[in-house]
Amino acid sequence: MATTTIQPQTTVHHDDGHEHEHHEGNFWTTYVFSQDHKTIAKQFLITGMAWALIGGLFSVIFRLQLGFPEATLEWLRPVLGGWITPEGKLDPEFYLSLVTMHGTIMVFFVLTAGLSGTFSNFLIPLQVGARDMASGFMNMLSYWFFFLSSAVMFVSLFLSTGPASGGWTVYPPLSALPQAIQGSGLGMTLWLVSMALFIVSTLLGGINYITTVINMRTNGMSFTKMPLTIWAFFFTAIIGLLSFPVLFSAALLLIFDRSFGTSFFLSDIYIAGEALSNVGGSPILFQHLFWFLGHPEVYIVLLPALGITSEIIATNSRKPIFGYKAMVGSMMFIAILSFIVWAHHMFVTGMNPFLGSIFTILTLIIAVPSAVKIFNYVTTLWGGNIRFTPAMLFSLGLVSFFLTGGITGLFLGNSAVDIQLHDTYFVVAHFHLVMGSASFFGMIAGVYHWFPKMFGRMMDDRLGYIHFWMTFVGVYLVFFPMHYIGIAGFPRRYYSWTNFETFSGWTDLNMLVSIAAILTLSAQFIFMFNFIYSIFRGKLAPANPWNSTTLEWTTPRFPQHGNWPGEIPTVYRWPYDYSKPGAKEDFIPQTVPYSETPESNLKHENDLIKLEMGSGSGVVTGNGH
Amino acid sequence: MSDMKIENMRIVEEPKKPLAMNPKKFGLWLFLTTVVMVFASLTSAYIVRRAEGDWKIFELPSLFYWTSIAIVISSITMHMAYLYAKKDNREMVQTLLTITGLLGIAFLIGQFYGWVQLVSSKIYFVGNPSESFVYVLSGLHGLHLVSGVIFLAVVWRKSALGKLVSGNLAQFEMCMTYWHFLGGLWLYLFLFLSLYR
Ligand code: HEM
Ligand SMILES: [Cu+2]
Repeated sequence: MATTTIQPQTTVHHDDGHEHEHHEGNFWTTYVFSQDHKTIAKQFLITGMAWALIGGLFSVIFRLQLGFPEATLEWLRPVLGGWITPEGKLDPEFYLSLVTMHGTIMVFFVLTAGLSGTFSNFLIPLQVGARDMASGFMNMLSYWFFFLSSAVMFVSLFLSTGPASGGWTVYPPLSALPQAIQGSGLGMTLWLVSMALFIVSTLLGGINYITTVINMRTNGMSFTKMPLTIWAFFFTAIIGLLSFPVLFSAALLLIFDRSFGTSFFLSDIYIAGEALSNVGGSPILFQHLFWFLGHPEVYIVLLPALGITSEIIATNSRKPIFGYKAMVGSMMFIAILSFIVWAHHMFVTGMNPFLGSIFTILTLIIAVPSAVKIFNYVTTLWGGNIRFTPAMLFSLGLVSFFLTGGITGLFLGNSAVDIQLHDTYFVVAHFHLVMGSASFFGMIAGVYHWFPKMFGRMMDDRLGYIHFWMTFVGVYLVFFPMHYIGIAGFPRRYYSWTNFETFSGWTDLNMLVSIAAILTLSAQFIFMFNFIYSIFRGKLAPANPWNSTTLEWTTPRFPQHGNWPGEIPTVYRWPYDYSKPGAKEDFIPQTVPYSETPESNLKHENDLIKLEMGSGSGVVTGNGH
Repeated sequence: MSDMKIENMRIVEEPKKPLAMNPKKFGLWLFLTTVVMVFASLTSAYIVRRAEGDWKIFELPSLFYWTSIAIVISSITMHMAYLYAKKDNREMVQTLLTITGLLGIAFLIGQFYGWVQLVSSKIYFVGNPSESFVYVLSGLHGLHLVSGVIFLAVVWRKSALGKLVSGNLAQFEMCMTYWHFLGGLWLYLFLFLSLYR
């Protein structure tokens, strides 16, 4: 189609003089092995969406088993083949594989790679004012390592012994011994290979994000003028850099135990009356290593979503974010605390109760910065001129889930209460609300909000509203009942509960949960349709559809590699000048100098004008064209 | 139009680049952080596991003392090469880099024969975790050192082609940082393994 260049509204730079840089590239270098951060972001997004679909389908299959234990699943035989038993039931070991793969896919491939990979890549250069990442080549490698990792995991789904099935936390000895469960054979080996590649991908990405944020900001973009999205991605990358290597260590030792016969995690194991040769290992050691990554990982998943929603809520409330510094501070505090609470996943491993109390206290302290964030979201909304775009609705959904899911964290964080609740559906409810749903909503909100910048077109709002309401109601219907099921003692990861008299009272609730899960998944197809349709047929997007202040909206509608055709714009003010008293419009982009807005400046900002201007040459006009 | 005026405009806050660092060098430091985390987690796993008892105590191979000396000397020659590179003394740079590389390779061979010593005193990779840990820690360090030698070869080639000039030493500096880091890492591991037996 014709290339219409829409001039950015702001304008310190007039780019008549500059020809557009043409990056001649063939199909392969433009779309496949691209080093452009925007293309790489889209690659992450689309791969992440494909995984989300697979992970979602898996969850519906095991929900069928849990909700309708009597029903026949014969009709799934064409797809699942031998995993359907001759009686038409799901194979119990395959059930465990499904649960494991669902967890692994969602936590790592969708909410880590799909979320950080997409938005850190897309937004960091655009919002700090850089032409690309510090190293485009490493960035490309980061995606291709993720792709390889995905391919390995995908292949493992089709093994005759099935994919890994020891849970996403892959605790040994279960995950170490193929004799224990089929999935711990080749499936687990591929899981480990895939995770090793994944870790390399994450580290390559993270090194790039941190370097870019620190070294490549445009003129005037001081740390205190960075949008909260950037702060969030920055902290996320730091957490990842410090915690993923630890998962690497754990995986390495597990590989040695599995394939070379060492005994880091194995000891005194009898199988069919026969003792294994492994002595002297400690399975608890694995849990320490795993959760040293595992807990920070939950924040790796959540922080980018919080950053995205901070931006969307401020923009759509037409108000400055409440407590910018408190938001940054609480993210930093969360990032630090996330490294010293891991043992709250291990309260029932026989740890010293005194140590348990220490971890209880440290864990409960996390509630403080979390509450600060919720408070700031609500106060930003308070009295705002709220626009309910789909992105805004999903952001509000995140705030809701973060609250309801975070509160149950306080129950679990008490080492005494956790004795009853550990490994029940209560935990499942907790983390699906606070991590699963909240981060997922953040990601979806980000897609709706930045779609115009990614593809130059708008997504359909009406489909967006339907998608939102079905998903929002669906998520609560799925996960709220799980609290009750969990308090009743229903253990997680059980294939069948019909043999237990105690749990027969929960049949209806389990059925409701499963139906709601199907409803929620089907709503995602509306989104998929909207997404794909809008890429090709959506309404053309204006340059700045949400009247936003940040730098990405000053680029042309289809930014080339390099982002800005002319010079990179300079930044003069923080990103949250919405509805400033006295201002002509209800937003002032970051690129507008104070000298252009005498009507709305505060006193100390007027003083800055003197610094802005050199030898008193008049005012730079803003809307020159 | 407005272009003119922008010329004589000063920016309120000059872009603060607090770490005015070459992005590649900065990236290297971040990479080193991840390596530190890998070894920190392994050595703390060692401590945690050791505290649980059932821990076999044995002597480290005597060759590890000699390889430690070799790696320290290689760091010194590396640094001397750098000083000569700043003075554009290509001949000395070549010689010293060659010595550094050879010392690195000698280190690796020494580590390998250290393992042979271990095996001959019946300390196997597959055995008590205290034995396995020695192999894992020294092996993983050795792998990193292989990458260090390759990096060194790249810099050596650059110098051989005469492209290593005093104004443009960023890559050399990165190689040097990595080399010193790996030397320090080994000394830490050696000390750790000797003290926490
Ligand atoms: C107020 C803050 C929070 C507290 C006090 C808290 C506390 C806990 C505790 C004690 C457990 C262990 C329960 C058990 O296994 O018995 C747990 C599990 C979990 N939490 Fe939280 N949490 C909080 C916030 C979060 C957030 C923000 C996320 C993610 C974004 C999260 C994700 C998870 C996950 C994924 C698990 C389960 C892991 C598994 O066993 O598979 N939590 N939480
Ligand atoms: Cu946790």
